[in-house]
Amino acid sequence: MRHYTITGKKDTRSGFGDAMTELGRTNPDVVALCADLVGSLKLGTFIKEHPDRFFQAGIAEANMISVGAGLALGGKVPFVSTFAAFATGRVYDQIRQSVAYSDTNVKIAASHAGLTLGEDGATHQIMEDIGLMKMLPNMVVINPCDYNQTKAATLAAAAHKGPVYLRFGRPVEPIYTPEDEPFVIGKAVRWSEGGDVTILATGHLMWRAIQAAEILEKEGVSVDLLNIHTIKPLDDEAIIASVRKTGCVVTCEEHMMNGGLGDSVAQLLARNSPAPQEYVAVDDKFGESGTPAELLVKFHLDAPDVVAAARRAMERKK
Amino acid sequence: MAEIKQLETIAAQVRRDIVRMVASAASGHPGGSLGAADVLTALYFDVMDIPQERIAHFDPSGDHGIGEDLFYLSNGHISPLFYSVLARRGYFPIAELGEFRRIGARVQGHPTPAKGLPGVRVASGSLGQGLSVAVGNALAKRLGGDTDHRVFVMMGDGELEEGQIWEAAMFAAARGVDNLVGIVDMNGQQIDGSCDAVMGMGCHKQLRAKWEAFGWIVLDMDGHDMQNIVDTLRYAKNDACGHGKPVVILAKTVMGQGVDFMAGTNEWHGKAPSAEQAGQALAQLPETELGDY
Repeated sequence: MRHYTITGKKDTRSGFGDAMTELGRTNPDVVALCADLVGSLKLGTFIKEHPDRFFQAGIAEANMISVGAGLALGGKVPFVSTFAAFATGRVYDQIRQSVAYSDTNVKIAASHAGLTLGEDGATHQIMEDIGLMKMLPNMVVINPCDYNQTKAATLAAAAHKGPVYLRFGRPVEPIYTPEDEPFVIGKAVRWSEGGDVTILATGHLMWRAIQAAEILEKEGVSVDLLNIHTIKPLDDEAIIASVRKTGCVVTCEEHMMNGGLGDSVAQLLARNSPAPQEYVAVDDKFGESGTPAELLVKFHLDAPDVVAAARRAMERKK
Repeated sequence: MAEIKQLETIAAQVRRDIVRMVASAASGHPGGSLGAADVLTALYFDVMDIPQERIAHFDPSGDHGIGEDLFYLSNGHISPLFYSVLARRGYFPIAELGEFRRIGARVQGHPTPAKGLPGVRVASGSLGQGLSVAVGNALAKRLGGDTDHRVFVMMGDGELEEGQIWEAAMFAAARGVDNLVGIVDMNGQQIDGSCDAVMGMGCHKQLRAKWEAFGWIVLDMDGHDMQNIVDTLRYAKNDACGHGKPVVILAKTVMGQGVDFMAGTNEWHGKAPSAEQAGQALAQLPETELGDY
């Protein structure tokens, strides 16, 4: 296992907000839009420092997405931001036509994704967004795992030319990605080298996967653990090489089984190197109210669920 | 600035192009295209300030449209009109109009930049999005200090049923976007019947009141009187803009204008004429000195 230090605890959305502060100072073309959620998206400093480069869109997300496309056509780098539920499902057609098909340089910044939004319940806990976004040609889909990675991912999204979907969350989580770790879109981050089982994890589930790998390694299981922060384009090479070595794989995500990281991995392996695969994901159910910790346990997305999935995957190799 | 007579000649040739393109493709939307032909001709050949080199070498990702007036077509189904005007303005060879809706063509069924067609900046076809895109681009122009130029956007009157139009109307007024001119093609028809029958958003006066209530400057225009079109568009651009409010022009038009059996009905919204019908239509639209593609 790679050596790591927990340097603090923050929400991933603060990584977005702090990156926007930095981009505000370093890239005059970056502009921000938000649909009545500037506090939740941590845009306060950006707005304070660059009031002319922030556009309050009000509770009108469809217009916000297409206004973003227009700003991009005028040479700006717009970050359109709201909760993930409203940044994807509610505005799918606007994203499809004005952003993806038109290949406009719009960055969709989606917070409060997944179950860990918590108490607000299923209306807001979108777990289909990765699937919706990855189906669109031209769209890059990124789901960073902690504060530092979200900050780096936001900077990388601004530098990338073309549409990007950036997914982050509400709860406070440990920070374990080194502050200076380079973020390369489409490149997996290796956490451990092993021969028994491949574990691929994205977003908040990366922390559970790290904990699971530590448990498994204490039991003598040799884990190949990769953080897949970019679901599209997927790091095909790293995933195929890992699974060819271990012969089985577990995918971990705070998302529906349908359409998520696991689906992308299964498709890749089916075409290249079929292997037993177990999913740590939500099995065709809507979420519900509860604390993030309670929900991860109830929907089988916690570290023990990753451990159990790894054992099942290894069993199926025999 | 073009002579009125000259603009009328171009519009007449554009109408011929529309009928020939749709008939040749055996699909497409002739009604709305014919109806808005005069307005779009006036915009591109008289009103909009576009440097010639921007037309000869269209590169929106390089210049971002700074330093020129811009146009967005929100009701993308009237693509035959858009393509004819762009080609005749010099954005791409007029011969390419013959490829309308064919496999591999840049002139797709609905406008898109995806095939690299010069003059098209964003895809449209799914209705209601163009006004928002135009508002966004107008904001970018404002940030870029391009105060001498405007963003024009055309919408259908049926398209006003899309909720996003009113989101954009609310937003543009709230943000004081005053370098934007919306044009509503008020032909009164949509696929399922007259706009009144389908949704009944009210008479011209009531629609005017709706835009005014949203905080827009509203102008009226006869969409088939070339002098009135030129005067109104120039007034919108030079006088109505720049006063802290977005501007919208309600352009009274007739769907299918120029072909008697297509005029004033929704029947030809999205239907191609047969070869015989196309012949009848073209007999009413004689070839001009500009020549067919």
